[in-house]
Amino acid sequence: MPTLFIPIHMRRHTGGADRVEVGGATLREALNEAGTLHPALINEVVQGDRIRPGLAAVIDGEQTVEGLRSKLRSDSEIHFLRPISGG
Amino acid sequence: MTTTEQPQEYKVIGTRPIRHDGLDKVIGKALYGGDMKLPGLVWGAVLRSPHAHADIKRIDTSKASAAPGVLAVMTGADMPVAESIELETGEEVTNLAHASLKLMAHGRVTYKGHPVAAVAAVDHNTALEALKLIDVEYEVLKPVLTVDEAVAEGAPLVLPDHVGNDLGEKRRGTNVADHFRHEFGDPAKGFSEATVIVEREFSLTMVHQGYIEPHNATALWKSDGKIEVWTSTQGAFGVRSALAPILQVPETDIKVTPMEIGGGFGGKINIYLEPLSAILSKKAGRPVKIVMDRKSIFEATGPTPGGRIRVKMGANDAGEITAAEVDLYYEAGAYPGSPVGAGAMCSLACYRVPNSRIDGWDILVNKPKTAAYRAPGATQAAFAVESVVDEVCRRLGMDPIEFRLLNGVKEGDRRADGPVYPRVGNLEQLQALKESPHYASQLDKVTEDGKLRGRGVANGFWFNGGMQSTVTINVNSDGEVGLVEGSVDIGGTRASVAMQAAEVLGLRAEEVHPVVVDTDSVGYTDVTGGSRTANATGYAAYLAAHNVITAMKERAAILWEISADDIQFADGVFSSESDSELSISFKELAGKLTETGGPLAASGSIRQRGSGGGFGAHLVDVEVDPETGKVDVIRYTAAQDVGKAIHPSYVEGQIQGGATQGIGWALNEEYFWTDEGTMQNSTFLDYRMPTSLDLPMIDTILTEVPNPTHPFGVRGVGETPIIAPVGAVANAIADATGARLTEAPMKPSRVLKAVKAVEEHNGRS
Repeated sequence: MPTLFIPIHMRRHTGGADRVEVGGATLREALNEAGTLHPALINEVVQGDRIRPGLAAVIDGEQTVEGLRSKLRSDSEIHFLRPISGG
Repeated sequence: MTTTEQPQEYKVIGTRPIRHDGLDKVIGKALYGGDMKLPGLVWGAVLRSPHAHADIKRIDTSKASAAPGVLAVMTGADMPVAESIELETGEEVTNLAHASLKLMAHGRVTYKGHPVAAVAAVDHNTALEALKLIDVEYEVLKPVLTVDEAVAEGAPLVLPDHVGNDLGEKRRGTNVADHFRHEFGDPAKGFSEATVIVEREFSLTMVHQGYIEPHNATALWKSDGKIEVWTSTQGAFGVRSALAPILQVPETDIKVTPMEIGGGFGGKINIYLEPLSAILSKKAGRPVKIVMDRKSIFEATGPTPGGRIRVKMGANDAGEITAAEVDLYYEAGAYPGSPVGAGAMCSLACYRVPNSRIDGWDILVNKPKTAAYRAPGATQAAFAVESVVDEVCRRLGMDPIEFRLLNGVKEGDRRADGPVYPRVGNLEQLQALKESPHYASQLDKVTEDGKLRGRGVANGFWFNGGMQSTVTINVNSDGEVGLVEGSVDIGGTRASVAMQAAEVLGLRAEEVHPVVVDTDSVGYTDVTGGSRTANATGYAAYLAAHNVITAMKERAAILWEISADDIQFADGVFSSESDSELSISFKELAGKLTETGGPLAASGSIRQRGSGGGFGAHLVDVEVDPETGKVDVIRYTAAQDVGKAIHPSYVEGQIQGGATQGIGWALNEEYFWTDEGTMQNSTFLDYRMPTSLDLPMIDTILTEVPNPTHPFGVRGVGETPIIAPVGAVANAIADATGARLTEAPMKPSRVLKAVKAVEEHNGRS
């Protein structure tokens, strides 16, 4: 199952869990399922129909360019990191 | 050059054509923002705060407004504070209220050089004289100038209303804008398994990008409400996005034309003068040009942060890292947003660390708001981590490159902030450096005149961005093509983007004519920054060129009255798969566009993924004068995995430039502050950057492990080479003298003090 890695500042919404295994073929579906377990987590990650500004979803090592519509594999790892500024 | 994976054979890629914009720049004909001339153009000038922290009690502009030749005067009252919302500007997230407050003070100044008023006048001198007629009454406040002062109990608050974030909890009444953490494994357990543990604390001061061309902006607020801006920027679309909410106009009412740019290195992503020029233009009814002086560039644009970094690392007898902890306290400047996030993510990125904790703090101080500078935040972190790695190697008696190979990340390893690496070339570039003639050479440790010599190694990682780009290709009847792009050309990207189109089209690089245009004339394109342009805009050019080929096949099909499905394209020639008599070159077919349907243009757009990241390891030999503390770099080699070098000369140039800036950071460059928060060395005479006379030739080793997300394997180059130099130089000084320097820059006074301390210690023992 895809695994959401929970940043430390969001773990108060997951009872301290550092990762959550969820079903879902897309990031949206995975987050929706996570939201049924940890409702407050979703507001930290999603704003409207997109990933919250200031947050980047990194799926299997690559920052996603499709946002919540990103496809997941059954063994996908999803990390929520800061968007990187470059020079 | 070392090639580790067999590349496809290319005709254009990998060659070294003369850059398209080279002649104009060499003979001084290229047009920069300072060259702008328009009918009715007048000059603007900016009055800046002499204090780092003060309340503005009163501003009287009446005398300036009445002065002969003055056409407009503005203050914060003419530029309302933008709404406090987060805007994604390319790669960064910017709070618009902070962005506008930074550009024009409202009631309080928060850094020396903070704009408090601006004027437009018939000429530059009249504008400068008018500034002297503006009367500002300040109530000076105690400034906060270091991260330690900022977090001390009872410290003055830089932004009293700001709500900070502490691991997800909101905090009021603090100068800590943000505190975050990455943690994997069990660091305590990892340290218990270590036989060698090294813990050190490091400090750095602010450093500037040091671009030669000053910031400039010319704006014309037209009668129909539309605004035109000509400026020196790394990204015209980013200027438009940032400017619209500050001026409170629709984004598409603004057209931004990027002029040629004389260096940026991240410092010309943010806007500074553009809104002031626009508002003055609206008030004056004339186009207004402002060019920033060097003192203001140092004091009031965006240097990279200083701060304090603590690193603890443990390794076992086999030389394997068992645990590491990193604490990074970065100066944000007067508004939140230092690159501590990237610094944290890069800090341990070169190593496989089973147990790690990284904490980052973004701390407000009364200094200019920091901005991006080549691999923002990574060089500071690498100075600390690579120094500690060097000490671990010495304690273990291990070769520094062997240690980095043993512990170095490769595909499938997890970065300390979480993600697992795709295909990367870290080990390949380390191996190439190990096999270099430089590493094989012997270094005499003491010269005949008593100078001490040492050798240092350090490694560095940067993400290398993807992001969004658009390219349009217009086919001319002579068979050459115009290539329209929105990527400002800083480091030879006209050439590297054009070469990728040429490769697809079967043309020579010189037959593709690239032009960088304004925001109304090309599809959205993100900044030239983040080492993304050759990757993403090059990919857009690749797509546009393929779309040209597809359309040209349709034209050949019309010409030959056959199906386009029957037509193939190879080596610049279209031919029929079923009829060998039918073939026509790209150029010949371009001459028949009018009779086969008319003009032909095609575009390519992409939101490119990242590149997997770039790694660069540097090797340096230094010579230290134990009598003066002066350090000379006598030999330098930089290896880097570049994916695919489209134009090797410009890739080498990027690496040499990054290394040179990093050496300056290591040895000389610093913001030297008074207790009142004034930078005392705000000229290029006193802010000492290295010149060609200071350095040997920087040798480069290009390792090519193709990026699997790019059709030619491009990874990006420009940022990685600035990461390793400070740590490499520190390690070389330690090798030469036995003294471990933990403060940058490692200027003669610090080196001398450290060398004398070692001599005294050795004398006693």
